[in-house]
Amino acid sequence: MLNTYAVIGLYALVALTFPFIVLLFARLVRPSKPNPLKNSTYECGMETIGDTWVQFRAQYYLFALVFVVFDVEVVFLYPWAVAYGKLGLFALVEMALFIGLLAVALVYAWRKGILEWQ
Amino acid sequence: MILKVVFLLVSLFTVGSALMVVTHKNLFSSALFLVASFFGVAALYVLLEAEFLAVAQVLIYVGAIATLIIFAIMLTRGMMSGRTSPRNDQAAWAGLASVVLGLVLLYVVVFRVQWPVVEKPVPPDTIEQLGRALVGRYVVPFEVASVLLLAALVGAVLIAREKEV
Repeated sequence: MLNTYAVIGLYALVALTFPFIVLLFARLVRPSKPNPLKNSTYECGMETIGDTWVQFRAQYYLFALVFVVFDVEVVFLYPWAVAYGKLGLFALVEMALFIGLLAVALVYAWRKGILEWQ
Repeated sequence: MILKVVFLLVSLFTVGSALMVVTHKNLFSSALFLVASFFGVAALYVLLEAEFLAVAQVLIYVGAIATLIIFAIMLTRGMMSGRTSPRNDQAAWAGLASVVLGLVLLYVVVFRVQWPVVEKPVPPDTIEQLGRALVGRYVVPFEVASVLLLAALVGAVLIAREKEV
Protein backbone atom coordinates (compact mmCIF):
# COMPACT_ATOMS: atom_id res chain seq x y z
CA MET A 1 0.00 0.00 0.00
CA LEU A 2 2.80 2.38 0.91
CA ASN A 3 4.42 1.80 -2.49
CA THR A 4 1.37 3.21 -4.28
CA TYR A 5 1.48 6.24 -1.99
CA ALA A 6 5.21 6.67 -2.66
CA VAL A 7 4.21 7.64 -6.21
CA ILE A 8 1.89 10.33 -4.82
CA GLY A 9 4.64 11.50 -2.46
CA LEU A 10 7.12 11.73 -5.33
CA TYR A 11 4.54 13.61 -7.39
CA ALA A 12 3.93 16.06 -4.53
CA LEU A 13 7.67 16.56 -4.10
CA VAL A 14 8.15 17.33 -7.80
CA ALA A 15 5.10 19.63 -7.80
CA LEU A 16 6.44 21.50 -4.76
CA THR A 17 9.97 21.98 -6.08
CA PHE A 18 9.10 22.63 -9.74
CA PRO A 19 8.05 26.33 -9.35
CA PHE A 20 11.24 27.12 -7.42
CA ILE A 21 13.44 25.41 -10.02
CA VAL A 22 11.73 27.26 -12.85
CA LEU A 23 12.04 30.66 -11.11
CA LEU A 24 15.66 29.97 -10.21
CA PHE A 25 16.46 28.93 -13.78
CA ALA A 26 14.71 32.02 -15.13
CA ARG A 27 16.77 34.20 -12.80
CA LEU A 28 19.97 32.61 -14.12
CA VAL A 29 19.28 33.00 -17.84
CA ARG A 30 17.22 36.20 -18.15
CA PRO A 31 18.73 39.63 -18.76
CA SER A 32 18.11 42.07 -15.89
CA LYS A 33 17.19 45.61 -17.03
CA PRO A 34 14.54 46.85 -14.58
CA ASN A 35 12.79 50.21 -14.82
CA PRO A 36 9.89 51.65 -12.75
CA LEU A 37 7.30 50.83 -15.41
CA LYS A 38 8.41 47.19 -15.64
CA ASN A 39 8.38 46.81 -11.87
CA SER A 40 4.88 48.22 -11.40
CA THR A 41 2.10 45.89 -10.22
CA TYR A 42 -0.40 44.90 -12.86
CA GLU A 43 -3.28 42.50 -13.28
CA CYS A 44 -4.26 41.16 -16.72
CA GLY A 45 -2.12 43.91 -18.24
CA MET A 46 -4.01 46.65 -16.37
CA GLU A 47 -2.86 48.60 -13.34
CA THR A 48 -4.55 47.39 -10.15
CA ILE A 49 -7.24 49.53 -8.52
CA GLY A 50 -7.37 49.98 -4.74
CA ASP A 51 -5.87 47.95 -1.92
CA THR A 52 -5.19 44.23 -2.37
CA TRP A 53 -6.14 43.43 1.24
CA VAL A 54 -9.86 44.18 1.35
CA GLN A 55 -12.70 42.84 3.44
CA PHE A 56 -14.73 40.37 1.40
CA ARG A 57 -18.52 40.29 1.26
CA ALA A 58 -20.21 38.15 3.90
CA GLN A 59 -22.22 36.41 1.20
CA TYR A 60 -19.19 34.34 0.28
CA TYR A 61 -19.56 32.59 3.62
CA LEU A 62 -22.91 31.10 2.61
CA PHE A 63 -21.36 29.58 -0.50
CA ALA A 64 -18.63 28.15 1.76
CA LEU A 65 -21.25 26.62 4.06
CA VAL A 66 -23.04 24.91 1.16
CA PHE A 67 -19.66 23.70 -0.11
CA VAL A 68 -18.73 22.24 3.28
CA VAL A 69 -21.90 20.13 3.44
CA PHE A 70 -21.21 18.57 0.06
CA ASP A 71 -17.53 18.18 0.94
CA VAL A 72 -18.55 16.03 3.90
CA GLU A 73 -20.86 14.08 1.58
CA VAL A 74 -17.83 13.14 -0.53
CA VAL A 75 -16.22 11.49 2.52
CA PHE A 76 -19.19 9.10 2.67
CA LEU A 77 -19.34 8.71 -1.10
CA TYR A 78 -15.70 7.68 -1.36
CA PRO A 79 -15.68 4.28 0.46
CA TRP A 80 -19.00 3.47 -1.17
CA ALA A 81 -17.53 4.14 -4.63
CA VAL A 82 -14.46 2.00 -3.84
CA ALA A 83 -16.67 -0.94 -2.81
CA TYR A 84 -19.24 -0.31 -5.56
CA GLY A 85 -18.20 -3.25 -7.74
CA LYS A 86 -19.02 -5.72 -4.96
CA LEU A 87 -22.27 -4.16 -3.80
CA GLY A 88 -25.76 -4.97 -4.95
CA LEU A 89 -28.65 -2.86 -6.16
CA PHE A 90 -29.74 -2.17 -2.58
CA ALA A 91 -26.52 -0.22 -1.93
CA LEU A 92 -27.31 1.96 -4.94
CA VAL A 93 -30.79 2.70 -3.53
CA GLU A 94 -29.30 3.54 -0.13
CA MET A 95 -26.82 5.96 -1.65
CA ALA A 96 -29.56 7.47 -3.82
CA LEU A 97 -31.54 8.12 -0.62
CA PHE A 98 -28.45 9.66 0.99
CA ILE A 99 -27.77 11.96 -1.95
CA GLY A 100 -31.48 12.67 -2.36
CA LEU A 101 -31.72 14.01 1.18
CA LEU A 102 -28.73 16.26 0.55
CA ALA A 103 -30.30 17.38 -2.72
CA VAL A 104 -33.22 18.58 -0.57
CA ALA A 105 -30.71 20.71 1.33
CA LEU A 106 -29.44 22.18 -1.93
CA VAL A 107 -33.01 22.87 -3.11
CA TYR A 108 -33.74 24.56 0.22
CA ALA A 109 -30.67 26.80 -0.13
CA TRP A 110 -31.65 27.52 -3.72
CA ARG A 111 -35.25 28.40 -2.84
CA LYS A 112 -34.06 30.69 -0.05
CA GLY A 113 -32.02 32.61 -2.62
CA ILE A 114 -28.65 31.69 -1.11
CA LEU A 115 -27.15 30.85 -4.48
CA GLU A 116 -28.11 34.20 -6.02
CA TRP A 117 -25.61 37.00 -6.01
CA GLN A 118 -27.07 40.21 -4.64
CA MET B 1 15.09 2.85 7.10
CA ILE B 2 13.63 4.85 4.20
CA LEU B 3 10.32 4.88 6.06
CA LYS B 4 12.01 6.46 9.08
CA VAL B 5 13.60 9.17 6.92
CA VAL B 6 10.27 9.89 5.24
CA PHE B 7 8.56 10.00 8.63
CA LEU B 8 11.15 12.44 9.97
CA LEU B 9 10.85 14.70 6.91
CA VAL B 10 7.04 14.67 7.05
CA SER B 11 7.06 15.34 10.80
CA LEU B 12 9.51 18.21 10.36
CA PHE B 13 7.27 19.66 7.64
CA THR B 14 4.15 19.30 9.81
CA VAL B 15 5.65 20.72 13.00
CA GLY B 16 7.48 23.46 11.09
CA SER B 17 4.24 24.57 9.41
CA ALA B 18 2.44 24.44 12.76
CA LEU B 19 5.15 26.64 14.29
CA MET B 20 4.75 29.11 11.43
CA VAL B 21 0.99 29.19 12.15
CA VAL B 22 1.57 30.55 15.65
CA THR B 23 4.59 32.75 14.93
CA HIS B 24 3.73 34.40 11.61
CA LYS B 25 2.76 38.06 11.83
CA ASN B 26 0.11 37.95 9.12
CA LEU B 27 -2.97 36.01 10.15
CA PHE B 28 -3.84 35.12 6.55
CA SER B 29 -0.40 33.55 6.02
CA SER B 30 -0.90 31.64 9.28
CA ALA B 31 -4.08 30.13 7.83
CA LEU B 32 -2.17 29.03 4.72
CA PHE B 33 0.54 27.43 6.87
CA LEU B 34 -2.26 25.65 8.76
CA VAL B 35 -3.29 24.08 5.43
CA ALA B 36 0.30 22.89 4.91
CA SER B 37 0.28 21.41 8.42
CA PHE B 38 -3.01 19.60 7.67
CA PHE B 39 -1.42 18.07 4.56
CA GLY B 40 1.50 16.93 6.69
CA VAL B 41 -0.86 15.20 9.11
CA ALA B 42 -2.55 13.48 6.15
CA ALA B 43 0.87 12.19 5.05
CA LEU B 44 1.45 10.88 8.59
CA TYR B 45 -1.85 8.97 8.37
CA VAL B 46 -0.66 7.43 5.10
CA LEU B 47 2.57 6.34 6.82
CA LEU B 48 0.41 4.69 9.50
CA GLU B 49 -1.46 2.88 6.69
CA ALA B 50 -4.69 4.60 7.68
CA GLU B 51 -5.81 5.38 4.15
CA PHE B 52 -9.33 6.48 4.89
CA LEU B 53 -8.20 8.81 7.68
CA ALA B 54 -5.74 10.41 5.25
CA VAL B 55 -8.48 10.93 2.65
CA ALA B 56 -10.86 12.29 5.29
CA GLN B 57 -8.10 14.57 6.60
CA VAL B 58 -7.56 16.07 3.16
CA LEU B 59 -11.30 16.38 2.42
CA ILE B 60 -12.49 17.64 5.80
CA TYR B 61 -9.55 19.58 7.22
CA VAL B 62 -7.91 20.86 4.04
CA GLY B 63 -11.16 21.10 2.08
CA ALA B 64 -13.79 22.24 4.55
CA ILE B 65 -12.24 23.56 7.76
CA ALA B 66 -9.38 25.43 6.10
CA THR B 67 -11.88 26.99 3.67
CA LEU B 68 -14.06 28.18 6.55
CA ILE B 69 -11.07 29.59 8.45
CA ILE B 70 -9.73 31.43 5.40
CA PHE B 71 -13.20 32.77 4.59
CA ALA B 72 -13.67 33.91 8.19
CA ILE B 73 -10.39 35.84 8.01
CA MET B 74 -11.22 37.34 4.63
CA LEU B 75 -14.62 38.48 5.87
CA THR B 76 -13.36 40.09 9.08
CA ARG B 77 -12.81 43.81 9.05
CA GLY B 78 -9.23 44.79 9.85
CA MET B 79 -7.90 41.23 9.62
CA MET B 80 -7.15 41.67 5.94
CA SER B 81 -5.00 44.76 6.40
CA GLY B 82 -1.95 42.52 6.77
CA ARG B 83 -0.69 44.70 9.60
CA THR B 84 -2.62 43.57 12.66
CA SER B 85 -0.59 41.08 14.63
CA PRO B 86 -2.64 38.32 16.27
CA ARG B 87 -0.36 38.59 19.30
CA ASN B 88 -0.80 40.64 22.45
CA ASP B 89 1.16 41.08 25.69
CA GLN B 90 -0.07 37.73 27.02
CA ALA B 91 1.71 35.80 24.23
CA ALA B 92 4.60 34.64 26.45
CA TRP B 93 2.33 33.25 29.20
CA ALA B 94 0.03 31.64 26.64
CA GLY B 95 3.05 30.02 25.00
CA LEU B 96 4.31 28.70 28.32
CA ALA B 97 0.89 27.33 29.28
CA SER B 98 0.57 25.62 25.87
CA VAL B 99 4.01 23.99 26.16
CA VAL B 100 3.31 22.71 29.70
CA LEU B 101 -0.13 21.41 28.75
CA GLY B 102 1.31 19.76 25.63
CA LEU B 103 4.06 18.02 27.61
CA VAL B 104 1.58 16.79 30.26
CA LEU B 105 -0.77 15.42 27.60
CA LEU B 106 2.14 13.78 25.76
CA TYR B 107 3.35 12.14 28.99
CA VAL B 108 -0.11 10.74 29.73
CA VAL B 109 -0.70 9.54 26.18
CA VAL B 110 2.72 7.90 25.77
CA PHE B 111 3.40 6.45 29.23
CA ARG B 112 0.13 6.21 31.15
CA VAL B 113 -2.46 4.95 28.65
CA GLN B 114 -2.60 1.20 27.99
CA TRP B 115 -3.16 1.14 24.24
CA PRO B 116 -4.82 -2.05 22.98
CA VAL B 117 -2.57 -3.96 20.61
CA VAL B 118 -3.84 -6.19 17.79
CA GLU B 119 -1.23 -8.62 16.49
CA LYS B 120 -2.45 -8.51 12.91
CA PRO B 121 -1.27 -6.63 9.80
CA VAL B 122 -3.54 -3.93 8.39
CA PRO B 123 -5.77 -5.49 5.71
CA PRO B 124 -5.13 -4.00 2.26
CA ASP B 125 -8.80 -3.28 1.47
CA THR B 126 -9.85 -1.21 4.48
CA ILE B 127 -11.69 1.41 2.44
CA GLU B 128 -13.65 -1.26 0.57
CA GLN B 129 -14.62 -2.92 3.85
CA LEU B 130 -15.69 0.45 5.18
CA GLY B 131 -17.80 1.07 2.09
CA ARG B 132 -19.51 -2.29 2.49
CA ALA B 133 -20.13 -1.68 6.19
CA LEU B 134 -21.63 1.73 5.45
CA VAL B 135 -24.40 0.37 3.25
CA GLY B 136 -24.69 -2.94 5.11
CA ARG B 137 -24.30 -3.12 8.84
CA TYR B 138 -24.28 0.61 9.54
CA VAL B 139 -26.92 1.69 7.05
CA VAL B 140 -29.12 3.43 9.63
CA PRO B 141 -26.35 5.69 11.04
CA PHE B 142 -25.31 6.31 7.45
CA GLU B 143 -28.75 7.63 6.47
CA VAL B 144 -29.04 9.52 9.76
CA ALA B 145 -25.76 11.26 8.87
CA SER B 146 -27.47 12.49 5.71
CA VAL B 147 -30.35 13.91 7.78
CA LEU B 148 -27.81 15.53 10.10
CA LEU B 149 -26.07 17.20 7.15
CA LEU B 150 -29.45 18.40 5.88
CA ALA B 151 -30.30 19.86 9.29
CA ALA B 152 -26.83 21.46 9.53
CA LEU B 153 -27.23 23.22 6.18
CA VAL B 154 -30.77 24.41 6.94
CA GLY B 155 -29.62 25.71 10.33
CA ALA B 156 -26.55 27.38 8.86
CA VAL B 157 -28.61 29.07 6.15
CA LEU B 158 -31.14 30.31 8.73
CA ILE B 159 -28.42 31.75 10.97
CA ALA B 160 -26.10 33.13 8.31
CA ARG B 161 -28.65 34.77 6.04
CA GLU B 162 -28.52 38.52 6.47
CA LYS B 163 -32.27 39.13 6.50
CA GLU B 164 -35.55 38.09 4.89
CA VAL B 165 -35.43 38.80 1.17
